[in-house]
Amino acid sequence: MSVPEIFRMPDVGEGLTEAEIVAWQVAPGDPVAVNQILVEIETAKAVVELPSPFAGTVHELLAEPGATVQVGEPIIAIRTAEGGTPEPTPVSESPAESKGALIGEAGADGRIATLVGYGPRQGAARRRPRKGVPGAAAAVAEPEVAPVVAGEEAAAQVGPAAAAATAPDLDDGRPAGPESLVPLAKPPVRKLAKDLGVDLRALAGSGPGGVITRDDVRAAASAQAAGAAGAAGAAGAAGATGAAGATAAPAAEPVAVPAAAAPESVGGVRREPIRGVRRATAAAMVQSAFTAPHVTEFLSVDVTETMALRDRLRASRRFADVKLTPLAFVAKAVCLAARRTPAVNASWDEPAGEIVYYDHVQLGIAAATPRGLLVPKIRDADRLDLHGLAAALGALTETARAGKTAPSDLVGGTITITNVGVFGVDTGTPILNPGEAAILAVGSIKPAPWVVDGELTVRTVCQLALSFDHRLVDGEQGSRFLADVGALLEDPATAMLW
Amino acid sequence: MSRPQSWVPTDPRSAPTREHVLSGLHGTDEGGAELVQLLTPEGQRVSDDRFGSWADDVGAEELKGYYRDMVLVRRVDREGNALQRQGQLGIWVPLLGQEAAQVGAGRAATPRDMIFPSYREHGVAWCRGIDPTDLLGIFRGTDHGSWDPIEARFHLYTIVIGNQCLNATGYAMGQKFEGKVGDGPDAEATMCFFGDGATSQGDVHEGFVWAAAYDAPVVFYCQNNQWAISVPLERQTRVPLFQRARGYGFPGVRVDGNDVLACLAVTRWALEECRTGNGPVLIEAFTYRMDAHTTSDDPSRYRLADELELWKLKDPIERVRVNLVREHGVGQDFFDEVQAKSDELAARFRAFCVAMPDPGPDRMFSEVYAELSPQLAAEKSAYLEYHASFEGA
Repeated sequence: MSVPEIFRMPDVGEGLTEAEIVAWQVAPGDPVAVNQILVEIETAKAVVELPSPFAGTVHELLAEPGATVQVGEPIIAIRTAEGGTPEPTPVSESPAESKGALIGEAGADGRIATLVGYGPRQGAARRRPRKGVPGAAAAVAEPEVAPVVAGEEAAAQVGPAAAAATAPDLDDGRPAGPESLVPLAKPPVRKLAKDLGVDLRALAGSGPGGVITRDDVRAAASAQAAGAAGAAGAAGAAGATGAAGATAAPAAEPVAVPAAAAPESVGGVRREPIRGVRRATAAAMVQSAFTAPHVTEFLSVDVTETMALRDRLRASRRFADVKLTPLAFVAKAVCLAARRTPAVNASWDEPAGEIVYYDHVQLGIAAATPRGLLVPKIRDADRLDLHGLAAALGALTETARAGKTAPSDLVGGTITITNVGVFGVDTGTPILNPGEAAILAVGSIKPAPWVVDGELTVRTVCQLALSFDHRLVDGEQGSRFLADVGALLEDPATAMLW
Repeated sequence: MSRPQSWVPTDPRSAPTREHVLSGLHGTDEGGAELVQLLTPEGQRVSDDRFGSWADDVGAEELKGYYRDMVLVRRVDREGNALQRQGQLGIWVPLLGQEAAQVGAGRAATPRDMIFPSYREHGVAWCRGIDPTDLLGIFRGTDHGSWDPIEARFHLYTIVIGNQCLNATGYAMGQKFEGKVGDGPDAEATMCFFGDGATSQGDVHEGFVWAAAYDAPVVFYCQNNQWAISVPLERQTRVPLFQRARGYGFPGVRVDGNDVLACLAVTRWALEECRTGNGPVLIEAFTYRMDAHTTSDDPSRYRLADELELWKLKDPIERVRVNLVREHGVGQDFFDEVQAKSDELAARFRAFCVAMPDPGPDRMFSEVYAELSPQLAAEKSAYLEYHASFEGA
């Protein structure tokens, strides 16, 4: 075979000089097609995906995730079939693309827009099934790759030095990171900081509006040794998205840490840029907390019967293929109770001056994922039986944990369950997912003293907490709904009556 | 809301709320009650009293043609995006989502009409018979457009926002002065393309004023894709854009920009109005930019993905496909053939791009004047000599 083709880091945004490797989507030995996504990179402007210009087999990855690569430097070597110019056959379906991004789908075969897939990638869409990122990295780390940072070990060695080397440039005010990281300081102050070796991002400005002043810089310079300028993460925020836990720029977090990022602790304080899901969650929570007047009600429930029922059903053949969790019973109870109290499955449409009642329950399940808090939905949950709910829950949590939740699964919820019990806590006061009227927190299920027929006994007990939007749900409705859910869990047989 | 009885003039800063002013604007994903539509997002052909007759002649064959146009244009667009990501183009301006707005308008124009594009009108260029490879030079930085604007009746791309409205108005005024407006068979009109962001530019305002003052035969075709880079429409206007025309004294129509038939019908009507002396006309094609503003932009920083999810349901190509299958019984082999054609075109587009030579150093002199002035000739030879001095060095 002849010399492999080299793909060099392109300037993807009019005059950029460098970009950071966020994650590889291919590994050595993988076959690639023209326009198949190879890698996700982050520039000062955006996180973008690079499609392959060649068809062939990946020979070698020439840059590690987390590494900052100059435009024009080689990032990957691909062995083409002839070792020459590739047959320019545009291949549209990259494996990573087959899910999600159906935006440009033109025909039954859905090929057109999946070619590159930038279109669909906005916001929440910017998350894709990651093809074994850790595996890929490890595969590269072991063989050859001497010139580039190899694996975490090397990253640890190279980290500080490389970071220190890049620090002056960053302080120059050039947008080497995302805008959110550019410190508030005037150019002369940046210059001063650069001269004194002070990292502006580690400073809290004392000027008006948090602007960093000369005095701040001087004070910092005298407080720290010249070389100690923390060269915090060149790794950038993956794009501030907006609101709704739906949005997310997943990638950066796990991979960005090893090499460049790892914000250093300065004066016992570690500052970390707000980004991705964190930012989206914050925006959604603030929006919700300050628009919907929350009321939270609590109910302790004896779920002994439900747990017994669960044990019986678990042993049955019909439930052999699913994991039947208490959450499935809660979900079922919520759907049944919502039918009796439609106000909890509704939303407040301020611009239209209307309350929107939904025929069906789009049940959100809050999930802690590697990317942060996500709330994927079970569609038309009220149409599912217990088995269907259990199956949907299993699929949904698995997908969410794997970071593969499709953006369309994150939007359009009507009511949410948050299972804080899995963290071992009893209860909480959940904040509404924006646009929804109610959210139910399920506490941990555990043995507790309980009074039955005037006798103190030990039962299996769980606490429920329901927050609702008082604009459209009154205490009566909220209480009825919560009591209904509780009654169903206390005596699941009552579902027969509904 | 203030009660009429108790109404007192309020502090102007707190006067009408955004919600009052903006109802019916961006934020609704519908275009409002006045939206002209002939093909619903579900692919149903519907009637429109005012404009429906302008697309009565469109049958299965024509519709297949528009489908082919849109698929090919989208395919080229996606390939352009990929080429930029591979370092082959300096920048690419995606049109994803605006195929119907462009193909509908482009196919409505006759060969006699003159068109002034902005820089996103790859679909209109396609309808004017310009080969997609002719667009590449602009984005690769090797030329400013390599088609003949007179022959194609399609001006070169204008990068300055809204500037082409002045050019188009002036051109249309010329058409009027030269007697090309009227009932005759050689009547012609001008069409000017710009975006919602351009409506905030002085050039567009001036163009509107002059076009109205001179009854210029120009169709102002605004593709309202909801976003001026990162600025949403509601930050730019208090009224729906098409209503602005009334203030200038000419008609404005809002058309479903994702409906190729409605765009065709309304544009045909508007061009005919202009050709017969009833110009100008403003068309607001209500559409959505499904991709970034350019390859240098990251829309996830300023807009939410659920907005995109909504617009995906209104995809301009999908509704035509559905209509072809449901109402005309078109089979899968047609779609496969178009798909294959589009892949072929994209491959040719890619091959052409990768093989494009860098322009020589004389290019900056050779394409400026028809005949070089003695001074420029001297500069050119001096410059080439200077360049040659590096040879072998």
